[in-house]
Amino acid sequence: MKVLSRLLIPAALLAAVIAAFAFLQLEASALLSREGLGQMADYASGFLAPDLSPAHLRAIGHGALETLAMSAIGTLLAALLGLLLALPAAGRFGMLLQAASRLLLNALRAIPELVWAALMVLAAGLGPNAGTLALALHTAGVLGRLFAEALENTPPAPGEALRLSGSGRVAAFCYGTLPMLWPQLVAYTLYRWENNIRMASVLGFVGAGGLGQMLYMSLSLFQEAQASTVILAMLLMVLAVDSLSGWARQRWVRG
Amino acid sequence: MSTPQAAFAADRPRATEPGPALRLSGVGHSHAGGQPALREIGLQVAQGERVAIIGPSGAGKTTLLRLLATSLKPDQGQLELLGQQPWTLSAAARQRLRTRIGLIHQAPPLPPRQRVITAVLAGRLGLWSLPRSLLSLAYPLDRQGAAEALGRLDLADKLYMRCDQLSGGQLQRVGIARMLYQAPELILADEPVSAMDPVLAAYTLGVLNREAQRRNATLLASLHAVELALEHFPRIVGVRDGRILFDKPTAAVGPDELAALYANEQLECEPAPQPALVQPLNIPRC
Amino acid sequence: MLNPTLAQRDPAAASRLLLTLLAVALLWPGLGLSELDLGVLFDGSNADTMGTFLAGFWPPEHGGEFLALLWQATLETLAIATAGMALALAVAIPCALLATRALSISALSRGGRPAWWAQALRWPVRGLLIVLRSIPEIVWALLFVRAVGLGPTAGVLAIAITYAGMLGKVYAEIFESVDPLPARALLGAGASRLQAFFYGVLPQATAEMLSYTVYRWECAIRASVVMGFVGAGGLGQQMDLSMRMFAGGEVASMLLTFLLLVLLADLLSRVLRWRFA
Repeated sequence: MKVLSRLLIPAALLAAVIAAFAFLQLEASALLSREGLGQMADYASGFLAPDLSPAHLRAIGHGALETLAMSAIGTLLAALLGLLLALPAAGRFGMLLQAASRLLLNALRAIPELVWAALMVLAAGLGPNAGTLALALHTAGVLGRLFAEALENTPPAPGEALRLSGSGRVAAFCYGTLPMLWPQLVAYTLYRWENNIRMASVLGFVGAGGLGQMLYMSLSLFQEAQASTVILAMLLMVLAVDSLSGWARQRWVRG
Repeated sequence: MSTPQAAFAADRPRATEPGPALRLSGVGHSHAGGQPALREIGLQVAQGERVAIIGPSGAGKTTLLRLLATSLKPDQGQLELLGQQPWTLSAAARQRLRTRIGLIHQAPPLPPRQRVITAVLAGRLGLWSLPRSLLSLAYPLDRQGAAEALGRLDLADKLYMRCDQLSGGQLQRVGIARMLYQAPELILADEPVSAMDPVLAAYTLGVLNREAQRRNATLLASLHAVELALEHFPRIVGVRDGRILFDKPTAAVGPDELAALYANEQLECEPAPQPALVQPLNIPRC
Repeated sequence: MLNPTLAQRDPAAASRLLLTLLAVALLWPGLGLSELDLGVLFDGSNADTMGTFLAGFWPPEHGGEFLALLWQATLETLAIATAGMALALAVAIPCALLATRALSISALSRGGRPAWWAQALRWPVRGLLIVLRSIPEIVWALLFVRAVGLGPTAGVLAIAITYAGMLGKVYAEIFESVDPLPARALLGAGASRLQAFFYGVLPQATAEMLSYTVYRWECAIRASVVMGFVGAGGLGQQMDLSMRMFAGGEVASMLLTFLLLVLLADLLSRVLRWRFA
């Protein structure tokens, strides 16, 4: 057994890596040849002078706001839907509903955001609405599962004590269970928001609005200068959301 | 100062017949593992009586109180609380009955991040409508009521603190304040002063007894400290090995009975207090 | 007996109100910008289009030729993830070594805190790692598709770049989180940084590094499927094509394959992590 883990697993991993390169037939020589590198450099140099004209910046500002709105509203919807689905998924309403809601959560989660977005563009037309719905659906699956796990791990005693003094189910949940649950809920939701701001900025590739759509267009039209500004904006937005959510986590989740 | 509470208590539906506050006959209960915790319990307590339950650890005091709080269902026998048999009632009627019963836990299960005021106000959730309950969660509605209940236990200055900022003894008093605010007709207390120093314990038991006398509520408290029981309660019930060993007025309890009650008690410590309700926070990395 | 002022006002009320107002003020325009409208989904013509498309999902396509194509695409996805991870590792480990404070020599004489100039020298590497991981992999994929053409090469490079940023940062943190005394003792005794790393840090860090790497490999499989949508090869590219042709059955088979793949990767990653831990 020792030999197995010491030799066999690393050997298998190495073989897998070699097989992967062999299968893809990566033309490293062509890529790294003077010609290939020169082409890459040419292409990359287009990005070195971002287009900072006011008109373009205004368009980017609008796109960035749209992306932010998509990610925030999508995450919020997902948190609500996820909580609604997490209650049955944690077994609060019997076995049958538990199995059904788990299946639904897994299905929502298993399909990537971009596939949801492509489907939603078909169902709801081009534009940020499709992106928001796509984010909400996938994230509801992710958050629902995490929420259900958190709910199962929450001590039941405070809620039960309130039930024993005659309180209704909803009130007992809000006063007994939710106060212990919600830091975890907030942490999960913030973490998904950080993720969704990245996703929201690329959903536009399939036509679902936001900065992604601008980037896709500029790259299709070989406007590297414009594309470079969009990428910079994405970078700034991701960093801003990361630090905002880090601050919110510090403020409400810890301590 | 007594008017709001008394008027409030008078508003509630009361059992029409003036029967005993609780009556148990032949009640038995077994733990999940199958070993019996209580056997053949017969007990009758009149409305307004104050009774201390004493006995060695593991005797079944907590099980008895949980049966009375309708937290457990008896395996055998008859159980009647405030003139009703809780386990023959519909679920809704049982919830209404439970608003009239207040249980004080040894380690009150309060969410650590909840504020004291919210924890106290939660005592009356059974009487509040759902919209009122939810609104009070965002903005505490009856601040005066909560402050008053806490004030009687000398905790008025902790009103807006979070429960995890309090010591064990202070938390126990918050649990008692919740019960005071609930103003039930039947008060059940499971080791209500176990985390307090002797002076504070005596003071707190005094508050509980005065509250019961003032509203003619029935008080049953399990106590580890025999002296406190003898000092504060007119009637003592001794429990050992799941049976009632004696049940008499305090004046009639002699040292022999106490010696028999605690004879050969294994020198095990009290069960460790329940683990704190603090969850490790788990933040995923992907 | 009571201090009446205490019960007067809830000290948290003002901040709660302010926060609620702020949230509403921020989210209200957000609702407009995101053009959220659930009604469209149930709108007649849209629902019809969607209905016919979804109806095509059953039965999933299972012709021999299509299955062969699917098998090729699945292998390609796995290969992209594996090759991308291998390249990412090759970049991440040197970067992590450069970025970590665990091997600081100037920290030896300063109670574990490196000198300011030593920190300043680490910042460019840290900044590079931040940029690499903050731009989503699919954006890198799109850029590489334009640079090196359609196909798996773009996917491999995109995964290599993004995951190098993530792995580099996490590795550097892992190096800093282990017990620093062995490495400091070695550095203090005149060992080179690499020697100190191999004998003082690596033995403590291996398990966590391997566990995180396997976990990331699992993420890379999901990512490589998604990247196919911009033309970076694998299952995603086929899925995109089938979706454009409204071939519901093909999309259904590919989604099922994807689910199976993710499930298997999850299983394998769990087994490997359990083995390493």
